[in-house]
Amino acid sequence: MSIVAAAPTDYTAPGVEEFWQPLFGTDGPFAITRPILLMVLATGLVAWFLLATTKKKALVPGRGQMGTEAVYGLVRNGIAKDLIGSKEFMRFVPLLFALFTTILVNNLFGVIPPMSYPTMSRIGFPIALSLIVWVVFHVVGMRKHGFIGYWKSLVPAGLPKAMIPAIFFLELITDLFTRPVTLALRLFGNMFAGHILIVLFITGGWYMLTNGGILVIAGGVTWIFAFVMTLFEILVQFLQAYVFTLLAALYIGGAVADEH
Amino acid sequence: MQAVTVTAEGGEGGFWATAAPIIPHPLEFFFGLACFAILYVVVKQKVVPRLEQIYAERTAAIEGGMNKAEEAQAQAQAALEQYQAQLVEARSEAARIREDAKAQGAQIIAEMREHAASEASRITETAHKQIEAERQQAVVSLRGDVGRISTDLASRIVGESLHEETRQKGIVERFLAELESGDVVREKVGGAAGSPGGDA
Repeated sequence: MSIVAAAPTDYTAPGVEEFWQPLFGTDGPFAITRPILLMVLATGLVAWFLLATTKKKALVPGRGQMGTEAVYGLVRNGIAKDLIGSKEFMRFVPLLFALFTTILVNNLFGVIPPMSYPTMSRIGFPIALSLIVWVVFHVVGMRKHGFIGYWKSLVPAGLPKAMIPAIFFLELITDLFTRPVTLALRLFGNMFAGHILIVLFITGGWYMLTNGGILVIAGGVTWIFAFVMTLFEILVQFLQAYVFTLLAALYIGGAVADEH
Repeated sequence: MQAVTVTAEGGEGGFWATAAPIIPHPLEFFFGLACFAILYVVVKQKVVPRLEQIYAERTAAIEGGMNKAEEAQAQAQAALEQYQAQLVEARSEAARIREDAKAQGAQIIAEMREHAASEASRITETAHKQIEAERQQAVVSLRGDVGRISTDLASRIVGESLHEETRQKGIVERFLAELESGDVVREKVGGAAGSPGGDA
């Protein structure tokens, strides 16, 4: 990722190492890192906010409760009810609501100082969330159709017999591997790329501004771009939280559906 | 941020600083699971039940309000219908009374008219009868008077009283009857003085 600029001092573009931020001087696989702290902070913030804004249970909501209700309504009616169906969606609403809020806040940390770090750009967190979704949709599917029935339900009814093994194999890969991996990688990739892009614009702009000459103008333009990218990134952060929740609901809905 | 980059470049970061970004860091993975589990419990135990309760209460409140409004509307409608029915009834009642009064009035007028007519005819009849009676009386008295006056006159002319004879012979009566019928036969009073009853 390093480019060698033809300038008096070399510019090193931000890379993978940008994301490795261990705290307390520790290192290695059990180091407490900055995203861990952010994850804990996000969890605490979300839990506190949700509890605080629903405490009064006002029929005519205040501003905080209205915000919580809006997000809850989006997840409950806009995602869960539509994709899982009005019969069974209610028991998955807590999972989807928790997923959406925790991903959204952790994503937004990417553009909010002093956090300025999207937690989900560290693959460990998206993998954890995807794993939960993966386990949930398999378990509810097997409970609904039985262990054998669940695997049978992967193959659509009415296929020619010769095609069944091939389709079953494809569906098995999709079900066991593609879905959870893409779910995790999509979130991780968007956050990782978005963050590195913003860091690139800011550090590159700073480099150009400090190295003088005609580069100062380019540096100013670059910082304007950094601002625009930040706005764009907010949209992406929201969308990724939404998409993750939407797909989780889709997978769960598919597993509990009568016809797979 | 550059400082971080520099230390990484300096080789102090170790494996994790330069590891491929898709290799999950174990503790981050663990915290991802643990934090989400905590949040999930909070959301499931507290937040969602509260929000559902708010939803249900609000729905009930709105439906209750709507029911109340519907009830009020129904009541108003019933009152209006009742009022209109009463109005119609009152109107027909008034019309009926008016009709009755009209009929009654006409009847009264007819009765009065009849009564007046019969009264008038009765009065007229009575007057006719009275007039007739008076005329009769006048005729009778006149007849006597005229007879007496004419015999007086005749006796004065003839010089002797014919009172008893004329009365006996009814000459005056006969004369008057002839006079009434317009068929007067002139009698020669002087010539028939010896036998006036011979010509009768």
